[in-house]
Parts: sequence; C-alpha cells; structure tokens
Amino acid sequence: MKGLSVSFGANRVLDSVDFRIDRGEIVTVVGPNGSGKSTLLHALIGGVRPSTGSVRRAPGLRVGYVPQKLSLDATLPMTVRRFLGLPRRVSRETAQVALDHAGVPGVGRLQMSALSGGQFQRVLLARAILESPDLLILDEATAGLDQPGAAAFYRRIEEVRKETGCAVLMVSHDLHVVMSASDRVICLNGHICCEGTPEVVAEAPVYRALFGEGTKGALALYRHHHDHHHGPAHGHSHDGPTEQTRKAAADA
Amino acid sequence: MLDDFMVRATLAGVGTALAAAPLGCFVVWRRMAYFGDATAHAAILGVALSLALSLPVFAGAMVVALVMATVVALLSGRGYAMDTLLGVMAHSALAFGLVAVSFLTNVRIDIMAYLFGDILAVSRGDLAVIWGGAALVLALVGWRWSALLVSTLNPDLARAAGIDPRREQLVLTLSLAIVVAVAIKVVGVLLITALLIIPAATARPFSRTPEIMAGLASVVGVAAAWGGLRLSYSFDTPTGPTIVCVVAVMFCLSSIVAALREGVSRRRTSGSA
Repeated sequence: MKGLSVSFGANRVLDSVDFRIDRGEIVTVVGPNGSGKSTLLHALIGGVRPSTGSVRRAPGLRVGYVPQKLSLDATLPMTVRRFLGLPRRVSRETAQVALDHAGVPGVGRLQMSALSGGQFQRVLLARAILESPDLLILDEATAGLDQPGAAAFYRRIEEVRKETGCAVLMVSHDLHVVMSASDRVICLNGHICCEGTPEVVAEAPVYRALFGEGTKGALALYRHHHDHHHGPAHGHSHDGPTEQTRKAAADA
Repeated sequence: MLDDFMVRATLAGVGTALAAAPLGCFVVWRRMAYFGDATAHAAILGVALSLALSLPVFAGAMVVALVMATVVALLSGRGYAMDTLLGVMAHSALAFGLVAVSFLTNVRIDIMAYLFGDILAVSRGDLAVIWGGAALVLALVGWRWSALLVSTLNPDLARAAGIDPRREQLVLTLSLAIVVAVAIKVVGVLLITALLIIPAATARPFSRTPEIMAGLASVVGVAAAWGGLRLSYSFDTPTGPTIVCVVAVMFCLSSIVAALREGVSRRRTSGSA
C-alpha cells in the first residue's frame, strides 16, 4: 500500500499512508476512534476506492477476513457447518480441522444464533483460516469479548500464524493484549503517527499523547521481560511525530 | 390438457410460486419487503405505458419495475432513509400509473385485473412467459446462490472472498423485476409481495439452513397456489386474494406450531435441569 489516501466527501480519512506486511508477520493497527483504522482495512480488501495511491497484492494472494461484527438476521437460519461452506463448499474434514484450529471443535451442528460471543468470533476465525489464507485480516475481532476471552483469542491467532505461516493484520482497541501479541504496531491517526515493535510504540510520545500513560503498565504485565524504559523521550507534544518516533526507535 | 383453463391457471400459479419462494427468502433475509412492494407498484405504470404503446404487458411491467428497482438501489444511502424513499417512489408510481391508465380512452381495460390478478384468464402465451421468467429467475438465483448468501451476511466478508456485493444486489433487483412481471397475471401488483415473503416466513421455523428454508418456502408457495385455486373455484371467490389467504393461514399455523414446539422444549430443558 503506497501513498494511500481515502476521502469521504471533503473529509480526508487517510492521508498518504505507506504500509506493507510480509509473510508470517503479525501487525496491529491501533488508533483512536475515527482514525481511519477500519478504512485502512476496507481499502485493503477493496471495499473503498482510494482517492490517491494504490494497493499492490502479491499475485494469487488469499485473504481471510474476520469482520468486526456479523449481525445475522433472525430470519436467516444458518448452522455453523453451513456457514463454513460459504462461499465455497468444503468437506466435512476440512471444516472440522478449521474448527479445531480455532478452538471450537464441537459446534458444527449448532445454529450460529445459538453461539456465545466468544464461540461466534472463533467460528468467524475458523471460516477465515479455512482456505489457508496468506493474509488474515481481523477488524476488532474481540470487540464483544472480555479480557481473558480476548487474550485467549489472540493466543489462538498466534498459534494459527505458527501453524500456517500466514501474515496477520489486526485492528484493535484492546491495546495491551493486542500489542503484546504483535511483531509490529502501527499507530494510526489519519496518517501513520509511529510504528515499530510494541515496546517502541508504547514508549513513543505520540502514542502516549493519544492513549495516555496507563497503557504502558498494562503492556508490561504481559511482557515482563521487556519491561524497562527506553530513554527520556516523554514529551507529550504532537509536533513532528515521525522524528520523535524515530528517536524513540533508535533509543531502543 | 392445456385447453382447460383450470390446468393453465394451476400451472401459472405453480410457476410463479416456484420463482417467488427462493427469491422471497432473500427479500426476507435482507429486509427488502418494502423494496418488493415499490417494484410491484411501479409495474402498474408499466402496464399503462405498454397498453398505450401497444406493447406486451409483461415487457412494459418488467422494464418499469427494473427501472424502479435500480433507481431505488442507486438512491438508497443518499440522504433519505430507505423507507421514506420507498414510500415516496412506490405510491407515486402507483398513482401515476392509475392516472395514466385513465387517459387510455381507446382501450377498455379492467384495471382490477392488474391490481389483483386474473389467473383464470391466463393464455398459453402467458403460460410460456410465466414459466420462461420463472426458469430464468431460478437459474439466476441458483447460479449466484452462495455469492448472494455471503453478500447478505456481510458485504465485507463478500469482498474479502472476491465477490462484489453490488453485483449481487443487481442480480436480486433483476430477479425481482422478472418475478413482478410474471406475477401480475397471477396475483396482481398489490399482492405480489405476499407471494414473496409469506412462504419464506412460513418456512423459517422449520429450517436449519438457508437451502432448507428456500425448499420449504417453495413447497408452501406451490401448495398455496394450488389450494387457493381450488378454494376460489369451489367458493367462487377472487383467485389472487384467495391464494394469499391460504398462504396467510399456513403462516399462522406454522407460527403456532413453532410457538408450541418452543414451549415444549423449554419445559423439557427446565424439567431435566
């Protein structure tokens, strides 16, 4: 994705975003509401047309997508098994393997509407990994889950990555949980404010200006062995974000 | 065999019900009932235009229904809420159609026949159009079935799978226009939506998958068409409305059975607990 901008009317949601993701990488996009996170994902799957810039995909790239929310109309009957076979039918064995991988082996015969929130998201995950995607995209996939549920969900994602070697791109609000599970974090606010390893971003002044100090402590909970400070760059001004980030990254 | 008007009427009703039932499931799942109404009401304008221009009624009704459905699909999400937009379009089209018909002094037509259908007057030619249209709709919906289902579930899910949800919407729009055109003779423009959504709603409580629901809805639709025809013949009642009455009663029965079943299973779970 190069120099990508997206505008809705006069409102520029994304401004010259450069972004790439490589095989086997877990990248998380964080950012406040309205920062263009979801728009970025939509641009990637082709849901919105960029006003400038372009999206380049490896030829034959298979994308697995887990939406933020899937509201099933009550009039639409749907078993888990049938849902997994959309849009392409899959064999019973393939479906079962995907459900096992996603951590919900026993739900195949249930109606989608009978699942709990956690089970539902895992079934969405199972469907997304069904055709062994090269890139797995998750749009706030843990929005309805409590913290242990979300943490378990992300551990599952890490395992899936380990087993299949796919790249994972996530958008999330669960800052600390998500960040601890990522190789790289991108902090987005219309443009890319800063990016780097979770520790670097958590220490970046821009990130702290957006999310406050509190998140760092929580991050430390999940990554004890990386829990130390990265130098004095604690200013909270939002001027020249990129330079400060680079500095923070260099300090690390 | 086709010389008997009852045989022709039965075949016309069955053909329409077969095409309407699976499409009606999508109308229900996507909450497009009012959309179907608007398309159907617009068809009366098409009827008036085709009579004025001495064109086949099927063609005129279908073209205007198609234009209506496309305009509504394009306009939706641009300022007005969908139901307001459909309310304006549906009733304006119906009113303009009725006024247009009144200008046609040289043709004496029974407007009731187009509002409520005239299934007993179905000719061999009509039958060919009805079954041709029904086959086309079934082929379209069958061909796009999975893509339509995914687009109905979630547009982003569809895009990620390489499906363009707007194209699938177009497939539905086109199918709807065809069904409206073929159903005019059978139940008339005012009752077409009933043939779309009531069989689907009747099938819902007994369906585990979308395919079962579409299949059951077809069975319900065909049974209603056949039963309605018989009843209207016995009791000398208007045929189109009788068919809709039969399917409405089936819906009530289905709802009652579903409610009873739910009560039983709830009692069973609380008993075992």
